[in-house]
Amino acid sequence: MQNLEDFRKEVKEWLDTNCPPSMRSGADPSIPVDEVWGGRNAVYKNPESKIWLDLMGAKGWTMPTVPKEYGGGGLNAEQVSILNQEMFAIGAKQPLLSFGIWMLAPVLLEYGTEEQKKEHLPKIIKGEIRWCQGYSEPGSGSDLASLSTKAEDKGDHFLVNGQKVWTSYADKADWIFALVRTGPKEPKHDGISFLLIDMATSGVSTKPITLISGKSPFCETFFDDVMVPKENLIGELNAGWAIAKALLQHERAFISSFGLGSGSGGGRDLVAIAKKHLGEEDGKINNGFYRSQIASHKIKEHAFGLTFKRAKDEGGKASATASMFKLYGTEHNKKRLELMIAATGINGVAWDGDEFDKEDKDLTRAWLRTKGNSIEGGTSEVQLNVISKRVLGLPS
Amino acid sequence: MKLILTEEQKFLRDTAKDFAQERTPVTHFRALRDSKDETLWDKDIWQEMVNLGWSGILIPEEFGGSDFGVAGISVILQEIGKTLTPSPLFSTGVLGAYAISNFGTQEQKEKYLPKIVNGEITTALAVDESSHHDPSKTLFMAKKNSGEYFLNGKKTFVIDGASADVLIVLARTSGNSGELAGLTLFIVDSDSDGLNRIKLDMADSRNYANIEFNDVKCFEKNVLGIVESGGETVERILDIGRITMAAEMLGNAESAFETTIEYLKQRKQFGVLIGTFQALQHRAAEMFCEIELTKSAVMAAVHGADENSNELQRLSSLAKTMAGETLHLVSNEAIQMHGGIGVTDEYDLGFFIKRSRVAEQIFGSSIYHTERYANLSGF
Repeated sequence: MQNLEDFRKEVKEWLDTNCPPSMRSGADPSIPVDEVWGGRNAVYKNPESKIWLDLMGAKGWTMPTVPKEYGGGGLNAEQVSILNQEMFAIGAKQPLLSFGIWMLAPVLLEYGTEEQKKEHLPKIIKGEIRWCQGYSEPGSGSDLASLSTKAEDKGDHFLVNGQKVWTSYADKADWIFALVRTGPKEPKHDGISFLLIDMATSGVSTKPITLISGKSPFCETFFDDVMVPKENLIGELNAGWAIAKALLQHERAFISSFGLGSGSGGGRDLVAIAKKHLGEEDGKINNGFYRSQIASHKIKEHAFGLTFKRAKDEGGKASATASMFKLYGTEHNKKRLELMIAATGINGVAWDGDEFDKEDKDLTRAWLRTKGNSIEGGTSEVQLNVISKRVLGLPS
Repeated sequence: MKLILTEEQKFLRDTAKDFAQERTPVTHFRALRDSKDETLWDKDIWQEMVNLGWSGILIPEEFGGSDFGVAGISVILQEIGKTLTPSPLFSTGVLGAYAISNFGTQEQKEKYLPKIVNGEITTALAVDESSHHDPSKTLFMAKKNSGEYFLNGKKTFVIDGASADVLIVLARTSGNSGELAGLTLFIVDSDSDGLNRIKLDMADSRNYANIEFNDVKCFEKNVLGIVESGGETVERILDIGRITMAAEMLGNAESAFETTIEYLKQRKQFGVLIGTFQALQHRAAEMFCEIELTKSAVMAAVHGADENSNELQRLSSLAKTMAGETLHLVSNEAIQMHGGIGVTDEYDLGFFIKRSRVAEQIFGSSIYHTERYANLSGF
């Protein structure tokens, strides 16, 4: 095992040489900023975004803990911590946003065959393939296991027919990981399989959904006699529900981080907004009622952040407590945006036009977007069910 | 700082857990209350705690203590809080021990600390003067006259004040109400001439007193810390008190919650277990989340105290606010979910709500600490 201090030195030097100037703190603000999701059709406003992605992807440092044979960094926890510290020290941007990394890769590592891992993980890690998630259907929201998109066994392939909904970025993704019904006669949880489908296959089409916030990344995804090779099945036939649940925990862990202030509207500080619109006196928000509500909210936020830290320090696996983080994080985020628009007053419900600041108009839309946070990835009520049954052991 | 316990702290916790379950289940508190016991804590039980070393946890080894820190005493208070164990551990083992160990002169330390360690004396901190905690509003006067101080005024709601041998008293030596400057702390023997104690009967059936001072004489050597800087000193002592009280309140909440969950799993109505009702399940799950957040806040504050964090004041107000709000919620819901039995004196839950509301007021309510947190954070 390499000495950790040597490793730190190596990381530092590598970052110093390879992290482009516009990808670290102190970047020229006139250079456009990309939201980098990778994929076959990615376009970059700043060419350095692509350079940074390729360099980090080649090192496997977009998924540093994944073994090198699958394209990962092959680092242990201490080394990852050093990598994060050194990236933080120079304000290095995360090179890649990816549902592949956050959701699919952990599941592939646990349930995939050797061939599947070798085929898909390197492309996720390098950002070559952009993934989307095919779970919900028009008739299957909270009752996800009732899904009816079917995959029929046709000998050498599956034939997929049906419709998914709330597929984030389906119109931009290259592949989709989907839950499909392969056992129509089995009890509902026992007839589901986890299937990978190339979006370029004939018969796949998508249609964007407009949300109350005016736009959204969500789509409907249609499958019309789509032929899918057999080797794209993850895990056993009809054993997809366990995989689906494992993946949901990864998704919930990700969404719940919104509660830490990193979610929509997160770039702006609630206290700063309140001081701007309500005024301040002696450094205090100039309205006692708003101030007390904001203080109560900030106290909860502080305690929530510490709970995140405690879970990490305890080294606990994200199990049922992922539901607590998902529930609390999203409900807290909704409350935060409600307080933000209330403190902004009438400008906090501005919609369009030149009479309003862009940041106020953006806030209105961010506020509306948070209403979906406590629905997507399992509603708050579903999370409460999970906590009461799986954590507290209350009877069914 | 890592938000986990060390092996040593886990050991203390396990010892305290066994002690509380075996020696002081809630029946112990009930018996004291029913007997209208004079001190409302049991001298033999206290001596057992002393023998376990608990009164010396915040005291340096050179004076016989173990110096296991705020985390050490907090895990004990949390565990004995689960069974509502009354004892002078908070007033003596936290407040007295911390105050004298950290701010006392060598002479004061030698005089008092070994006696706290071996259980010879108990102490109390006399700060409040009205129904709402606010040390800056201290009017209690200490006037200097030819080298001696004369203390005059009335202190209220002194925890364990009805039985304490030694009092630490906050007095104004200059300045005006509303200022933390001009305050000084004094160590006073409770049998001093001119001192009159009136025992208080509070809802939680614990030991409290109002104490009147009528020209109580105090020598300069009995000043604790620096003259006129007592405001800053007492705030530090109070923060340690708020954090450890939050730990005890967390224990109260965990216990009432656990009792409630067990009840939901065995009580039947309409032919089914009431724990199958989603209306109750969701409220139980929400309480679970609040308790988890409170655990984190208390643990951060406890470690912050031991590591001398510059965030200590904010963490203290965070912990006291979270503990107060969570215990408030849980003590209410516990009764409601139990139904009729929950409001009977025969059942223990009433003790938890009574303790909750008194503990919520100790050294500042959630409202007091939310405002303090806002001030410290620049909101």
